[in-house]
Amino acid sequence: MPDLSTLFDPKGIIITGVSNHPGKFGFVTLHNILTSGYEGAVFPVSREPGEVLGQPVLGSIDDVPDGAADMLFICTPPAINEDLLRQAAAQGVTAAFCAAGGYREAGPEGIEAEQRLVALCKELNIALAGPNGQGVVSTPSKMCAQIVAPYAPPGRIAIASQSGNFVSSFLNLANHTGVGVSRAVAAGNASVLGIADYVEYFSDDPETAVSLVYIESVDDGRQMFERLRPLSERKPIVVVKGGASAAGARAAASHTGALASDDAVFDGMCRQAGLIRARDVEEAFEAAATIATQPRIAGDRVVVVTTVGGWGVAAVDAMADTRLDPTPLPADLLAAIDEKLPPRWSKNNPIDMAGGETRDTVPEILQLVAEHPDVDAVVLLGVGIQSNTASMMRNGPFFPDHGLERIVGFHERQDTRYAEAAAEISTATGTPIVVATELANAGPDNPAPATLHALGRLCHASAGRAVRSLHHLAGYSAWRQARGL
Amino acid sequence: MSITLSEAESRRVVAGYGVPVSPFATGTSTPEVLAAVNDDPTVTFPVVAKLCGRAIAHKTERGLVRLRIADADALAEACDELLAKAVPEDGAVEILVSTMVDGNRELIAGLNDDPQFGMTVMVGVGGILAEAIRDVSFRLAPITAVDAAEMLDDLGTQRLFDSFRGEPAADRSAIIEALVALGRVGTDEPGVRSADLNPLILVDGKPVAVDALLELDGEAAGA
Repeated sequence: MPDLSTLFDPKGIIITGVSNHPGKFGFVTLHNILTSGYEGAVFPVSREPGEVLGQPVLGSIDDVPDGAADMLFICTPPAINEDLLRQAAAQGVTAAFCAAGGYREAGPEGIEAEQRLVALCKELNIALAGPNGQGVVSTPSKMCAQIVAPYAPPGRIAIASQSGNFVSSFLNLANHTGVGVSRAVAAGNASVLGIADYVEYFSDDPETAVSLVYIESVDDGRQMFERLRPLSERKPIVVVKGGASAAGARAAASHTGALASDDAVFDGMCRQAGLIRARDVEEAFEAAATIATQPRIAGDRVVVVTTVGGWGVAAVDAMADTRLDPTPLPADLLAAIDEKLPPRWSKNNPIDMAGGETRDTVPEILQLVAEHPDVDAVVLLGVGIQSNTASMMRNGPFFPDHGLERIVGFHERQDTRYAEAAAEISTATGTPIVVATELANAGPDNPAPATLHALGRLCHASAGRAVRSLHHLAGYSAWRQARGL
Repeated sequence: MSITLSEAESRRVVAGYGVPVSPFATGTSTPEVLAAVNDDPTVTFPVVAKLCGRAIAHKTERGLVRLRIADADALAEACDELLAKAVPEDGAVEILVSTMVDGNRELIAGLNDDPQFGMTVMVGVGGILAEAIRDVSFRLAPITAVDAAEMLDDLGTQRLFDSFRGEPAADRSAIIEALVALGRVGTDEPGVRSADLNPLILVDGKPVAVDALLELDGEAAGA
């Protein structure tokens, strides 16, 4: 296993194929590295030296000061890359990301070129990522070394993907939700480094809390299983698989063989290895974002707290096809909540406050529920509703008169408080509190989702999706507990 | 090229690993069968008798299965009839006699050597609709008792494991032991390609395979 530290945290980067054309990979990569605020040395190299984006472009890798760069980002065609790698190795480069295509995906000549590339990197002791990949992102180094956008806010999710598109998808979701990323890498042709290699690195990476991987093809499933199982003991790994719907049932002499669809076997492998398998890219990101920002869950007992009725019903309905248990309210908890609310509240799970909350009710009830030993997680619904009303007042013809300014301010402060309370109380009690409102998408400037975004916490767009994330969190805990971990 | 062992051969192999199968005895002639049944106190009437051999795939369709045989005389008659049904293409045949077991709930369990993941173990809702229902769970062999317990948790039809029509709740730990043993067949028995235990009937809540088929690589089967 090569050391990937210079791939993710290089002290200096050499970029090959940097031209003045802003549509070319070399230009875009240089642009993105500079724009993301990378603080190490950057050495653009081209056959035509000069200046690009205010940076001097060197005519040869030999011109890079000895030891000033340890990572090579390749945007040049296969014919010259072996020479470039030798020069780079001589200057002290120990990792390379080959964005250039023209390798295995390009036919017989490309296959040979890729084999030579692999052999050379082995000889030179260079960790090779790609080829034919979109790049690598590392927020601790403020590095967006990619031939495409975007960059992402810093956080604790590490991404490895067999498809570059989904690296972009995950990074876009990180920007949208405010839940940040530590590392992201597209495996490209994965001629040397594959998903398991990246996950192994992430498992030891202090910047990373959870790995998030997209898998499309499995060459050696048994080896993947053997490698990922011990890694998921160290840190959770969220998996989303493309091609999962392929029927895959083979001509088989046995009933068992006929029932062994690719998906059924892959799913069983995930369960056995403790991999958290999501159904699609959004669910995968949200599971990872929940794991990265919430405490570990101790069990399956969930209490729903909602300002009004329907949302709570939807949350409990969504638990039906999960492992989660909408637990009855313990008597002492019910009695404690009864002190805080008018008699019309639901007196059951979901805790429907029936609009009976006053200034401090929501944080107080969240605290009571989250600290109760028989509650493993909380779903908080209905945040943002006050600010939604406030928004109509603020934008209507009567503002700021008729007392509107004062009430608008109150509503907005309340939603901000609710979002802050959800974050603070979950951290203080060690009980996950997930928050859901469609305003996460429909009104992201609303103080409730906006505050969560600013705190780097996920605001789920629906109760069902919040429940799914908790289900994954709980599944991983159950996998650990069953094995005494 | 693969070889499917006869039910009798398959039962001997899986039983050797501790997979529970209904009590059985075998023989190649009527007197041999009667003596074998007589010698084995675990085989009790009523019994089922089947003509089996490697080349016989569809016993039921060919009328090679006799159910609810009440005593030794009826068994002798059944053996004579079954042996008379053998045709030259069947090759070597033998008669398998097994205690009839009672249970309303049927699971299916099996092995399959997957091209990507290697040997896998399966459990699911069994019986003739197993392939239509597809309520199954797979793991990679070998499996631990924890893995096997989670396989049962995976199944959608959890009510199958509760007490049912006067039968006690399923003995999960007995099913788990059977699955772990089946997994060992997959990893330790040379040349296994696939196996079916279908059905695996819950008898007083405990799993008992009343049919077994083991498919081996041609080489391992000596073909």
